[in-house]
Amino acid sequence: MDWINVIIQGVLIGALYALFAAGLSLVFGVMRLVNLAHGDLIVLAAFLAFALVKAFGLHPLATVVFVVPIMAAFGYGLQRILLNRTLGKGLLPPLLVSFGLSIIVQNLLMEVFSANTQRLQLGALEVSSLEIAPGLSVGWYPLLVLLAAVLFIGLIQMLLYRTRLGAALRATSDDLETTRLMGLDSRHLFAVATALALAITAIAGVLMAAKTNFDPMSGPSRLVYAYEAVIVGGMGSLWGTLAGGMVIGLAQAIGGTIDPGWQILAGHLAFLVVLMVAPRGLFPSSVS
Amino acid sequence: MTLLETQGLTAHYGDFQALFGIDLEVRAGEAVTLVGANGAGKSTLLRALCGQLPVAADQILFDGQPVGGLRADRLVRLGLAMVPEGRRLFPSLTVEENLQIGASSNRPGPWSLERIYGLFPILKERRKTPSTALSGGQQQMVAIGRGLMSNPRLLLCDEISLGLAPVVVKDVYAALPAVMAEGTAVVVVEQDIGQATRFAERFYCLCEGRVVLSGRCDAVDRDAIRQAYFGL
Repeated sequence: MDWINVIIQGVLIGALYALFAAGLSLVFGVMRLVNLAHGDLIVLAAFLAFALVKAFGLHPLATVVFVVPIMAAFGYGLQRILLNRTLGKGLLPPLLVSFGLSIIVQNLLMEVFSANTQRLQLGALEVSSLEIAPGLSVGWYPLLVLLAAVLFIGLIQMLLYRTRLGAALRATSDDLETTRLMGLDSRHLFAVATALALAITAIAGVLMAAKTNFDPMSGPSRLVYAYEAVIVGGMGSLWGTLAGGMVIGLAQAIGGTIDPGWQILAGHLAFLVVLMVAPRGLFPSSVS
Repeated sequence: MTLLETQGLTAHYGDFQALFGIDLEVRAGEAVTLVGANGAGKSTLLRALCGQLPVAADQILFDGQPVGGLRADRLVRLGLAMVPEGRRLFPSLTVEENLQIGASSNRPGPWSLERIYGLFPILKERRKTPSTALSGGQQQMVAIGRGLMSNPRLLLCDEISLGLAPVVVKDVYAALPAVMAEGTAVVVVEQDIGQATRFAERFYCLCEGRVVLSGRCDAVDRDAIRQAYFGL
């Protein structure tokens, strides 16, 4: 029963990693942009939620109503004003600019919120759990995170494959030059993609803020988990990203059971093993 | 009425000059062909016309307005659509999604999915299949249909017979009169002089980045075009 418990815990934490990664995966899939500030944007969303709770006494989870549109609008502007200018000039400019952005976000958060570690309190929801079998129970909150991951990744998947906007985004990913010949404005489409990515990143940030401690410097480690989930799952496949997050989460849970010191390392080792065995990830998208 | 006019159009790829002062004219609803050997500058000319190469504004007039150097998506909104060389369908989209993408500029006009399916009935049968699963001729039909979905006033077609069997080429060209019947001008780039002059009313023959011969297809001897084609 212990091992079943470990697996369940791994899957549940993996769902949060998948949410971290979904925005990264979407942005990479549409415009081949690796955003090194992604982890810091997760933490920025967490601090936004924290500020809203402090200022208006909102329930932590209710802050998504505000954090999601704020982050989406920020994403649109960020892409339109800054990141679009880095595209089409090779690999390095987007990496350098997003790395700089990462440092700026960290330091702004430090300036505004201090270096203190924060966490959002959920009250009863944090400790209540569902007993699925004698001796085996699952916390309601991690379950909620899993549901959110499946729901929002499913929604983005539907948007990509069932709507005209989604078709335009996939076309952009296929062949940017030809989408322009179709009358599509790629600068706007890219900005919409980043807005969507930061909307889901906002959800990830709020859910993270109530689950783990965070401080202005905790972005880069989130980026690493997100990046690993994307690579393990296969670039450009959102369901793959969900699976990838779970592989990292499972490896951490198993590693942590063997020896608590192994928890983080086991996740990275799993990532390296997948890279060696299946360099294109577990579910590579058939197109790219 | 003159729809498109170029005045001394020049274009460069970096330091390499590919077009040397092209003057051409396309009237509304007209069928014009650009012929020329490989490397004569036909595709470069089309790329310059549809906003894929930097060009001085007043070297291209569309409907009397200077449009040289405008972004491709702005030109589509003005009514200038392109069927690119090699078709360039979106591989991760179905046939129908490819066609719908063509309507992204939301220009009003006669063309709709139903009309495209009327023009190419085979596409209706295959509308849910990925565009990569089609034959070359069917892919070319999608590419033309996708261009028409923007309800253009001018449709530029780059090498639409390339790599297709002669019988399929006939099918593809058979669709173009229906396009012109809607008042849309069509410019086709073609390597096959016979095919080109059967279809078009007027031709421009390019050689080494210049127009070396032009005129009405029925007024000029095919051998004269052939000689200009090879720069003789």
